[in-house]
Amino acid sequence: MCLGVPGRVISIHDYTAVVDFWGVRKDVRLDIVDEPVVPGDYILNHVGFAIRRIAPESVAETLELYEMLLRENAGGEDDLMALDVRGEIAGAS
Amino acid sequence: MTNELQFRDPALARSLAATLARLVDEIGRPVAVMHVCGSHEQAIARFGLRSLFPKALDVIMGPGCPVCVTDVPEVDEGVVLARQGVRIVTFGDMLRVPGTVQSLADAQASGANIEVIYSPRQAIEIARETDEEVVLFATGFETTAVATAAVILDNPPKNFSVLSAHKYIPPVMEIVAEMPGSRVEGFLAAGHAAAITGSAVFEPFVERHQVPVVVAGFEPMDILAGLVELLELIRNKTPRVANMFPRCVSAEGNIPAQKQLWRVFKPVGGKWRGIAHVPNGNLRLRDEFAHVDARKRFTIDLPSLWDYAPPALAGQCICGDIMAGIRNPRDCRLFNRECVPENPVGACMVSNEGTCKIWHLYGGVPDLEATA
Repeated sequence: MCLGVPGRVISIHDYTAVVDFWGVRKDVRLDIVDEPVVPGDYILNHVGFAIRRIAPESVAETLELYEMLLRENAGGEDDLMALDVRGEIAGAS
Repeated sequence: MTNELQFRDPALARSLAATLARLVDEIGRPVAVMHVCGSHEQAIARFGLRSLFPKALDVIMGPGCPVCVTDVPEVDEGVVLARQGVRIVTFGDMLRVPGTVQSLADAQASGANIEVIYSPRQAIEIARETDEEVVLFATGFETTAVATAAVILDNPPKNFSVLSAHKYIPPVMEIVAEMPGSRVEGFLAAGHAAAITGSAVFEPFVERHQVPVVVAGFEPMDILAGLVELLELIRNKTPRVANMFPRCVSAEGNIPAQKQLWRVFKPVGGKWRGIAHVPNGNLRLRDEFAHVDARKRFTIDLPSLWDYAPPALAGQCICGDIMAGIRNPRDCRLFNRECVPENPVGACMVSNEGTCKIWHLYGGVPDLEATA
């Protein structure tokens, strides 16, 4: 539950961003993000809120862990880390 | 499941492991360090990192699972509210955490209205669709508390309130560092919590206790690199805060989030399950937000639960010692016998971030030679 999940901002309306998580689009709130965000940026989502803008040069390195975790059944059905990541995506609405 | 050792860069992993071994040799005695994050333990167990650690290095999971340290009376408050007919919404991990008599799941089975959410925002959506009283039973460390603060500040519906069991990590590190007989010589701090607080929040702790704190990310390489830095600081006897996760964490942290967090919450002392009374360890709503504070809005008749004796097995549970780093799940006579995720005795077997559940599912210290 402490593991946020990164996603790419598609569009922004007021304090809500549409964010793409590996093809799944969700609303993420921008109330508590650390710095201004524009479409195209990556953010770290935790329970439906962006908690950090990910610097462009860090995006690839950040995504790597998640892509391995989300690879289908990489760790089996009891892979708690993958479950947490999926839960974080479910936290955006 | 198998412990896959697939690293982004296996050569780097081997080199970091060799550096760890050299550092422990140079220190010349067994070294224990502690991390305080369920996600770190998940990564260590999932990627089989303990098989790479030198034998004389003990990497302990401390009180890094917010659900596990939610105290019995806090669970009881949620159970009593649910039995009083209030609709409770909470994170899934909370359902089976034992209370004095019942867990939330038990209350649900006997008819109470309890729903699982993934975000405080979903609690707001549920409240908007009903006239019933909806209480968000809010758990989690500062990373999650900022989200609860944000929904409280965003004009929530009148039938919405919060039962806060949020916890704040820095104060519990003080408790662990001061425990008599503590072997912990350094701390690995959780990257995403530090993204909120900033790495500088640990400076006073290091100053007081003269033990190093290293902020680390969640990639296997992040954790190995964080441990190398931590052991170097221990070997050099130069305790300080080091930020090994700069792509996510700055010294000052997320200022807008901190402002909202501390506008809504105040730190108060309280007991953490199995650990101790932790001064400033609990986050409670400030008086200004009494109108959304379930503890102020409702009379929660806790003593109504307390005429019962606690279940017999609970007395044998050593969750507290495990979270304090004194013992590990293998030392518990209930672990993987009476206590399993389907029928947990202690909170550490309930949460996906609990040491016992993580060890149950991934294994704790894989013996790769035996399985090769």
